[in-house]
Amino acid sequence: MNSKSHHPPTAAPDALRLELALSLLAQSGQAVPAGVEGSTAWLQALIDALCDLSSRDGLTGLANRRNFENAIARESDRVARSGEPALLLMLDIDHFKRINDHHGHVAGDLVIKAVSEALNATVRPMDLVARIGGEEFAIILPNCPPAFGSTVAERIRERVEEQAIQLVSGQQLGCTISIGGAYAPQWVRSTPAVWMERADLQLYRAKSEGRNRTCLEPTPVSVVSAEEKGLLFASSIFGEDLT
Amino acid sequence: MTSPTANAGRRARITAITSGKGGVGKTFLSANLATALARQGEKVLVLDADLGLANLDVVLNLFPKITLHDVFTGKNTLDQAILETPGGFSVLLAGSGMVEYSRLTPEVREQLVDVVRQVVPRFDRILLDTGAGISDVVLYTVSLADEVLIVATPEPTSLTDAYATIKVLATTQNRRDIRVLVNQVSKPGEGRIIRGQLQQVVDRFVSPGLEVPVKLEFVGEVPIDPSVRDAVKKRQLLLDCLPGSAAAQAVVAVATRLRA
Repeated sequence: MNSKSHHPPTAAPDALRLELALSLLAQSGQAVPAGVEGSTAWLQALIDALCDLSSRDGLTGLANRRNFENAIARESDRVARSGEPALLLMLDIDHFKRINDHHGHVAGDLVIKAVSEALNATVRPMDLVARIGGEEFAIILPNCPPAFGSTVAERIRERVEEQAIQLVSGQQLGCTISIGGAYAPQWVRSTPAVWMERADLQLYRAKSEGRNRTCLEPTPVSVVSAEEKGLLFASSIFGEDLT
Repeated sequence: MTSPTANAGRRARITAITSGKGGVGKTFLSANLATALARQGEKVLVLDADLGLANLDVVLNLFPKITLHDVFTGKNTLDQAILETPGGFSVLLAGSGMVEYSRLTPEVREQLVDVVRQVVPRFDRILLDTGAGISDVVLYTVSLADEVLIVATPEPTSLTDAYATIKVLATTQNRRDIRVLVNQVSKPGEGRIIRGQLQQVVDRFVSPGLEVPVKLEFVGEVPIDPSVRDAVKKRQLLLDCLPGSAAAQAVVAVATRLRA
């Protein structure tokens, strides 16, 4: 990429079949890339827009499952190296089938959108909110200290619970979510599958304990503090200067 | 060997031997404890669960062609991989080439569980010799056990790691009874003191967050003894080559305690 002369200047726009790409962008509400049509910069912007589109969920605009799997693999590798605490939350709308059955699928979609907005509004910009199934969501929270985990999860749950969803019929609907969470193991390389499974297990717990609640896996604290060491070595067999 | 008491309802008691820190004599103790247990009449299998960096083969001077690796890959049956040792117990060695199993994938877990499920009805006792550290493979292996035996030495680093392991096991696996064996003590009674220190810190920092407090059971101490090094160098079981040594007798006492 360092020498311009090795590359053909631009692709003639009419040599490429871009109709579908452009109509997909238009349909998703994204602007057609600015710049000279057919220029490298324009094509790059088009590709970027398509990549963005293919990593988002069509209904909610959240990260889709593909994007999520990519992100969680990256995050679990990062945590293994950096030792930073990262929290994974798995969320599920309570009794969603009942909402669909009683109010119809349009209402169901509205609920999913409303929950998505609530999730997006409650997390930090660096967190990744994904829709990974029909009424299932996941949030990756990098660098989230274990002491804050349950506060964050509770805030998300409360936000959803407090929200009134306006249906087309004029009716108002409320919904709740159950949340399960687990921290990535800090001291070892693990697999994203295991991490998800652990968070899922907590979600299952939240569901079976009555829904509309958060359950986080107790954090395996393997760090031994100076205070603990002090007491551990407070014996004459260790001499006096071993703490 | 034990007399084959035709026992249809046999179900092995699974004991995980773990330590946090490596190099505390975990594998040496596993092999010699297995010998002592076998001599006390138990049908014992030592499962080399240190999938990444196993050296039970070196301790036992056994280098079989067929290992757990071949069972995992489906090349051989489990029966072909189980070996009889001079100590009168059976062993399932991880062998080399297991590096790829040092990460806990769902496949590794399934294979481990499958192996354990198959051997449980055939033995009285299974000793899981886990790897060092608190990796998820180690934690997972320990989770398969009925009871946990932590090996520590009076070294502050070993003690710290043993404590960290206890803490993790108590909080993630709800372990409430953990057995403690202190290896390489230089004075009689040191083991009990160390158990006491660990218990004290656990009482203060771990148990308050739990509904049921964690109890550490002292199962014995093994003294620093030059005969241990001699046996390891000769690649023989201490209980075979120097049964009268202080360390050998201490191991026998621990085995008795484990059976109680």
